[in-house]
Amino acid sequence: MTTPLLETRGVWQRFGGLIANSDVSISVGAGEIVGLIGPNGAGKSTLFNLIAGVLPPTQGTIWFNGENVTQMPAAERCQRGIARTFQVVKSFETMTVIDNVIVGALIRNEKMRDARRKAHEVLEFCGLAPRADKLARDLIPSEKRRLEVARALATEPKLLMLDECLTGLTPLEAQSGVALVRKVRETGVTVLMVEHVMEIVMPLVDRAIVLNLGKKLVEGKPADVVRHPEVISAYLGDRHAVGA
Amino acid sequence: MDSFTQRRRRDLILAAALAAIAACVPFFVKDVYVQNIMVLTLMYAALSQAWNILGGYCGQISLGHALYFGLGAYTTALLFTKFGVLPWFGMLGGGIISALIALALGYPTFRLRGHYFVIATIVIAEIGFLLFHNWDYAGAALGIDIPVRGDSWAKFQFTRSKLPFYYFALVFCCVAWFITWWLEDSKWGFWWRAVKDNPDAAESLGVVVFNSKMGAAAVSAFLTAIGGAFYAQFVSYIDPESVMTFQFSLLMALPAVLGGIGTLWGPVLGAVILIPMTELTRSFIGGSGRGVDLILYGAVIVVISLARPDGLIGLFSRRPASKGVPQ
Repeated sequence: MTTPLLETRGVWQRFGGLIANSDVSISVGAGEIVGLIGPNGAGKSTLFNLIAGVLPPTQGTIWFNGENVTQMPAAERCQRGIARTFQVVKSFETMTVIDNVIVGALIRNEKMRDARRKAHEVLEFCGLAPRADKLARDLIPSEKRRLEVARALATEPKLLMLDECLTGLTPLEAQSGVALVRKVRETGVTVLMVEHVMEIVMPLVDRAIVLNLGKKLVEGKPADVVRHPEVISAYLGDRHAVGA
Repeated sequence: MDSFTQRRRRDLILAAALAAIAACVPFFVKDVYVQNIMVLTLMYAALSQAWNILGGYCGQISLGHALYFGLGAYTTALLFTKFGVLPWFGMLGGGIISALIALALGYPTFRLRGHYFVIATIVIAEIGFLLFHNWDYAGAALGIDIPVRGDSWAKFQFTRSKLPFYYFALVFCCVAWFITWWLEDSKWGFWWRAVKDNPDAAESLGVVVFNSKMGAAAVSAFLTAIGGAFYAQFVSYIDPESVMTFQFSLLMALPAVLGGIGTLWGPVLGAVILIPMTELTRSFIGGSGRGVDLILYGAVIVVISLARPDGLIGLFSRRPASKGVPQ
């Protein structure tokens, strides 16, 4: 078996007395779209932040591309090929759309001219090209989500991590978001997405990992996962799981 | 050519034109008092441009830049009076010392965010002021009188005319502007703006936030010290009161804030309005009016921040019309 692109081994995260992640081991293979799901407070965002390098885990290790990145700061992980978006969008508000994306492109492009060209390509890819010269703060919410993705893609990642990037969009916007994620995968980028909205994420992902109360509950094909009694009880309560 | 390149070229042409006009002004304005104001205006425009690199572009608001200004002035004056080192070397030395001190101070303070950073800069500058105030070798409270050895460019002393100082200040202002212009379309410029707008997002895109701040601080401190060294030669007498007080820190920040913080033209525009206003109110209201100039800025800043939060430069701004495609 080939080594997975991303692997967490026995990861724990404690915040004081609160255990946000306990003994979570997951792996993501190259080229997959993996969904990280679970009810509110399941520890999805914490795990996501641990992988992105916002903070190191209390215990356990994180491996990326065969390398131990557990103690590596976020900027260095980005250099290695991990890019992320934020659940609450964090655009560079006073900068134009193109300038936002250039910041991402600079990590792989020494020359400004090359970074600018790359940024234009990425905007074209993400369907934001017509908005290139607008200030980021003038974008509508769905465009800001797209900008998050564009900025991350400009760093030419191996792994793109999407934090609830489809949540809160209108059905139409969400559908075009899904199309974008598929298009990203076609370019050979692996995708790990945290999502809330099951009906959007399930048809999209190859594999789903369900967290509940900080622990990994189940993982597997989306169709199997949604029928799993433990998943149903985690989402809907024990009563609904009976007979499932 | 895209709109972006066009705008940058337009800025460069405008700057060259303005510099040419400024170079001709002394042929028509012979009044020494007015020339004095022009020298100070150019100097503060340059200093504010330097402040703007750290405060405006990188978003690290410093109200302690008087420290670097004073270090530049003192290094030059001390090296000249104690060791006979020409002011040009003192200027360079002062710049390097200031940049190193900015890095040393940045190491702990850049971990602070927002107001805490601002407070730290004020306190550190105040400590610097007190140290120089009590440092006997550097003249303590009495300061340093730079001996006049006749007019020369080598010693950078001119007693008969202000024009050499005027032209130096003009060059200094142009250099500070050009450095900013150049940095604006560089890796560093983009990193700084990203760090200002959202450090977490910047970090996630591979920007090492801490290093970016350190870079901005070093460039900013270096240029500020050059200004301090110039000022020491210009007034030929320095003491802690005249180069290291909080008022200097304010005078470096305010033009940028007034004109447009984090913009290329903001500091110049702000200085052209603010500095003559300060000097005029100071001389018209006279000795009893100490502080009236400050009340006036206060009023101006309040009005501007209410009416034009982006600074006066906002009056001239246009949204780029065409969509850029790279060549």
